[in-house]
Amino acid sequence: MAAFALSACSTDTPQSVLQPQGEFARKADALWDITFAIAIAVFVVVQGLLLYAIFRYRHKPGREAAQFHGNTRLEIAMTIIPALILLGLAVPTVATVFDLAAEPTGADVIHISVEGRQFWWRYDYTDLDIVTANELHIPTGQPIDLSIEGYDVNHSFWVPRLGGTQDVVPGRTSRLTLEADDPGTYLGQCKEFCGLSHSNMNLRVIAHDPGDFEQWVSDQQEPAAAPSDSLAAEGAELFVNGAADAQFAGGPSCASCHAIEGLDGAVGIIGPNLTHFAARNTFAGAIFQNNESNLRAWLANPPERKPGSQMPNLQLTTGQIDALVAYLQTLE
Amino acid sequence: MATAVAPQQGGLFARPTAKTGWWSWMTTVDHKKIGILYGVTAFFFFIVGGVEALLIRAQLATPNGEVLSPAVYNQLFTMHGLTMIFFVVIPMGTALMNFLLPLMIGARDVAFPRLNAFSYWVFLSAGLFMYSAFLLGGAPDGGWFGYAPLSLDPVTDGMTYYSLGLQIAGIASLAGAINFIVTIINMRAPGMTLMRMPVFVWMTLITSFLLLFAVPVIGVALWELMFDRLFGANFFDPAAGADPLLWQHLFWLFGHPEVYIMILPAMGIVSEVLPAFSRKPLFGYPAIVFSGAAIAFMGWGVWAHHMFAAGLGPVANSAFALSTMFIAVPTGVKIFNWIGTIWGGSVRLTTPFLFSAGFVSMFIIGGLSGVTHSIVPHDAQQTDTYYVVGHLHYVLFGGSIFGLFSGIYYWWPKVFGRLLSEKIGKFHFLLMLVGFNLTFMPFHILGLLGMPRRQYYFPANRGFEVWNLLASIGAFTIAVSILVFLYNVAVSRKKGEAAGADPWDARTLEWMTTSPPPEHNFDAIPVVRHRDDFWYRKYITTPEGESARVFAGGAASDEEQHSSEAASDEPPSSSAEGASDREPNTAGAAPPESSSEERPHAGASAEEQGHGIHLPSPSYFPLLTAAGMPVIGYGFIYSPILLAAGAVMLLVGAFGWVLEPPAEEA
Amino acid sequence: MSAAHPPAEHPHTSTGLDNAKLAMWAFLGSECLFFGSFISTYLLYRNVTGDGPTSADLYDIPYTSISSFVLLMSSLTMVLALSSVQNGDRRAMRIWLMATAFLGLTFIGGQVFEFTTFVEEGLTLSTSAFGSSFFVLTGFHGAHVTIGILMLLGLTVMSSFGRLGPDDSRPVEVVGLYWHFVDIVWIVIFTVIYLIPSG
Ligand code: HEA
Ligand code: HEA
Ligand code: HEC
Ligand code: CUA
Ligand SMILES: [Cu+2]
Repeated sequence: MAAFALSACSTDTPQSVLQPQGEFARKADALWDITFAIAIAVFVVVQGLLLYAIFRYRHKPGREAAQFHGNTRLEIAMTIIPALILLGLAVPTVATVFDLAAEPTGADVIHISVEGRQFWWRYDYTDLDIVTANELHIPTGQPIDLSIEGYDVNHSFWVPRLGGTQDVVPGRTSRLTLEADDPGTYLGQCKEFCGLSHSNMNLRVIAHDPGDFEQWVSDQQEPAAAPSDSLAAEGAELFVNGAADAQFAGGPSCASCHAIEGLDGAVGIIGPNLTHFAARNTFAGAIFQNNESNLRAWLANPPERKPGSQMPNLQLTTGQIDALVAYLQTLE
Repeated sequence: MATAVAPQQGGLFARPTAKTGWWSWMTTVDHKKIGILYGVTAFFFFIVGGVEALLIRAQLATPNGEVLSPAVYNQLFTMHGLTMIFFVVIPMGTALMNFLLPLMIGARDVAFPRLNAFSYWVFLSAGLFMYSAFLLGGAPDGGWFGYAPLSLDPVTDGMTYYSLGLQIAGIASLAGAINFIVTIINMRAPGMTLMRMPVFVWMTLITSFLLLFAVPVIGVALWELMFDRLFGANFFDPAAGADPLLWQHLFWLFGHPEVYIMILPAMGIVSEVLPAFSRKPLFGYPAIVFSGAAIAFMGWGVWAHHMFAAGLGPVANSAFALSTMFIAVPTGVKIFNWIGTIWGGSVRLTTPFLFSAGFVSMFIIGGLSGVTHSIVPHDAQQTDTYYVVGHLHYVLFGGSIFGLFSGIYYWWPKVFGRLLSEKIGKFHFLLMLVGFNLTFMPFHILGLLGMPRRQYYFPANRGFEVWNLLASIGAFTIAVSILVFLYNVAVSRKKGEAAGADPWDARTLEWMTTSPPPEHNFDAIPVVRHRDDFWYRKYITTPEGESARVFAGGAASDEEQHSSEAASDEPPSSSAEGASDREPNTAGAAPPESSSEERPHAGASAEEQGHGIHLPSPSYFPLLTAAGMPVIGYGFIYSPILLAAGAVMLLVGAFGWVLEPPAEEA
Repeated sequence: MSAAHPPAEHPHTSTGLDNAKLAMWAFLGSECLFFGSFISTYLLYRNVTGDGPTSADLYDIPYTSISSFVLLMSSLTMVLALSSVQNGDRRAMRIWLMATAFLGLTFIGGQVFEFTTFVEEGLTLSTSAFGSSFFVLTGFHGAHVTIGILMLLGLTVMSSFGRLGPDDSRPVEVVGLYWHFVDIVWIVIFTVIYLIPSG
């Protein structure tokens, strides 16, 4: 248990639930502090009694066991005391349940629709006209109203330091409130088993000071710029139309699955919206750093890099990858 | 009836007659042999499930482990969970129930011996059927609770095996449950009133009722899953407007009672072992019995605590949080009563006692972590992390498995006639206790540090490394402790000390007969006058509240039993008892008792003289009928021909069964 | 041993209840949960019809009422079968058993016809969640009736060969319990499916 406390304080545990960094995580943590203390107390007392009884009454020559069958008063006490302790726990629990379930109100509340898909997250800022993936940007110091929507199978949205979990259930919409105290990056993960790459369905929440957030929003609302150099332009062309090349031509083009605002014909909705792809630090369920080598490896064979990925291996040639990567990296 | 036999000859074939060798085991209907079959099979599956766990721990010993591919990992954790729950803990409990139940209530066999055999063979077929999936394209890989719609994923047949295999296992449980219920209600020895039954029998009864009502619920869920997967039905497909939460509700409406199905037998074992080695009656027997019933009852009202994150809304979440918390009350009653049992006793720290004490102690931890789950806002953090995995192993391993080992050590001499070594046993206990905590305590920490469950690897730099490594070391420590146990078994089989009828100076009827018991259990059905009847045949309680040995010819007066809880069902104490039936192990003819209490018993009159004990004869048909089930299962997956073949086996088996009399005329 | 007992006497048990009967009661308790779960599923999905036909499009309540009545009557004949054998009239018992089986078969026939009609009208197992839950619930009930019919016929045949044991009544009683249960469940299903209006 001492080790327990120690590890909870170390700084390199980015997903620890014991270090809340937002209002809602803090409320849960406050309950934990009470519960944990009570649990430890009950444990010490009951375990102590057990060990005491065993060692105090262990067999010695001459010891005779006292033959009694029970003690009604004691037995009633043993029933009532735990019940009272639990009652004491129940009151703050129920209060917090309702507290956390309350929908944040106000004109400035940001509503984001979150969709969990195999194996990535789609975010739709419904009032701001922004669609992005895996990295969720929010302003600090204000509750964010997430509406969590199902798509293919169950997933579970979870950012431990900011609070709570909400399962993603196909056919249902649920909600969750998040809030971050300070700017920074907060890690999260899909918690509900969802298939081969359940382990590879991470997410990040990036909290900004409100001013920086405004900036981010206006950047995101821009459509993608047209590519300036020729390699990137070739990539954009490939992206929309595929290529005359035998393998890639037969299959779908990138645009049939991915949307890019400002690129004609790129309106697919199966995969992540890539309008500002290059502005993301990570991709594909926030498991890869967004850099050239990772991107190349990804395009070369997504299901190999990420088991079960719904993006197929499109059998791209090295040349095609060069062009696509060049283009994707222009999508600031 | 075990013994009431219609004198009919014939049947479809000649009866099997072997008493030893393979065939005798395949055709046996003797509850003791079936119990041993159950036990050996469950233990085999324990090793299999354990090896799966070891592979999991090898993969997770270091960050980014590469021992297993994700597809294999998913099959392994799913099969590990399913195996441990459906093919280890439940059947290991059933094994003990089978062997002990008739002995404990003074019966010659269970009510339906052939149904009992059937239940075993169905259970075995279910296990083999599930495992055959590994060879036939992929085992179940959707987690033990197989959430839809992921479980509809048609990539492999794995989850079809799940839907059919568990269905078959359920039939085995149902058959067993009905059998045990009838046996306990109807086959008790004269004078064995309900409130004189050993607590293990009570817990068996309660567990059986839980199974009776829980199995059909998962049965329906599994049928629906199967229809979705095989015949294009739409029970769980959100695309057709179905609600996947239906699966979760049905599964957990079964699943939570299920966890009590797994813990109550262990609680029964502990309630036998602690008094025996404290040399005291169980403290608060009625309270222990009623709290068991209360747990079982309340267990039906808490299922949605597995769905706190599913978005049921604050009202439902609060209600289920409350019902969940208050299950701690009856459970606490049991814990305190066990401590009360030890209190004031004269405790012998034998291996069975140590395992029982280990049970109580580890179960407190698991129970308390369960209570922390019921704190909904914090469960939202814990759920689906290793914290839950920690909880479930503390209650299931620290609880059920420790309890079952306690039972195994305690009744081993009864079953096999030889003692296990105490020295090796204690070493096994110590090693397992250490390994267990080393494995599973870190799980709690991992969970709180944010490691989700069902991850085929974990990344570096999250602070998970140390704890995972410790857990893996612990897991291999447990494996070594199991090897120590197997060594103990080997030693005992070779040169174990002969046990005698009553090696522990125990309290209940099964210790009255020889070890191993004869095929007919008791030469004469004992007449029961007390709770812990056998003890009171050996000892009287002195006015000072101590025990004194009754010697043959001693025992002037019937033991006092003035404690509150025993009051109502005691017979008028008769002081003029013959000494003969009070002597340990004679189990001789009970003197004609005029106690109003006495109840007629199965064919008692003839048997009391030790003559004409008819035991049910061996039969092929339970095996044949059971073997039809997996064939039907394959039929559903692969071909209608197999389906028909399986149905024929089932029908022929059933008809043969019906036409065959329970026993041949001796 | 039975020679030592008068034929009508059942073996003694702790409660005086017959083992087989007790087992059947326990089994039927389990069946309650089984049908209860299917009925809950149906209630959840009865309006989830997608593009397929709805219950209002399909149900022919007078028709189903008649076949339900037939099934109910079979409980009566079952009672008569039992009382005949308890009066020692095995021939009458066999006749009533066959009558029961016949009524059961009529019901099944009606169900088969109903299923075919529904399929023709466009409702199949995979049309909608409503279709799935309707067919599986009523189908499992039909399967129970079918098993009951097999048992009734089995009893009849065994009785004519004198293979029902010293007095035929015990197995008849046990099968009767099952049969009545299946009838009662149908009343619940009928009410839930056909009589409670959807919408
Ligand atoms: C043997 C099996 C067993 C047992 C007995 C229990 C017992 C309990 N369980 Fe557990 N549980 C599981 C097996 C079991 N569980 C499994 C397998 C899962 C995971 C399934 C999965 O997701 O795979 C699970 C998951 C699980 C969850 C869901 C967690 C989640 O997924 O988010 C919850 C939530 O409430 C829970 C609660 C409880 C509670 C309150 C008890 C109580 O019954 C415990 C009561 C006992 C005590 C409290 C200790 C003794 C009492 C005292 C000493 C008295 C004094 C105490 C107080 C005053 C508090 N369990
Ligand atoms: C009674 C139930 C039970 C028992 C006893 C165990 C025992 C063990 N369990 Fe398991 N476990 C579950 C029930 C149980 N488990 C359930 C229900 C799940 C959830 C599944 C799911 O999510 O769907 C789970 C999940 C689970 C996980 C999480 C997987 C994941 O979420 O990804 C892990 C991880 O380490 C684990 C580990 C272990 C270990 C190391 C043991 C050890 O204690 C095992 C010890 C036993 C042995 C080791 C056998 C002895 C072997 C030998 C004697 C042979 C020796 C051979 C060699 C050394 C090669 N279990
Ligand atoms: C059949 C659909 C499909 C096609 C075609 C497709 N993708 Fe994808 N793509 C996806 C899906 C689904 C994901 C999310 C995969 C994951 O994270 O598991 C994805 C992810 C990506 C990502 C990472 C996005 C992020 O932020 O996580 C990039 C970049 C990408 N695709 C580029 C391309 C390019 C370039 C092409 C064409 C050569 C292409 N995709 C073709 C479906 C597709
Ligand atoms: Cu998505 Cu796990
Ligand atoms: Cu539970």
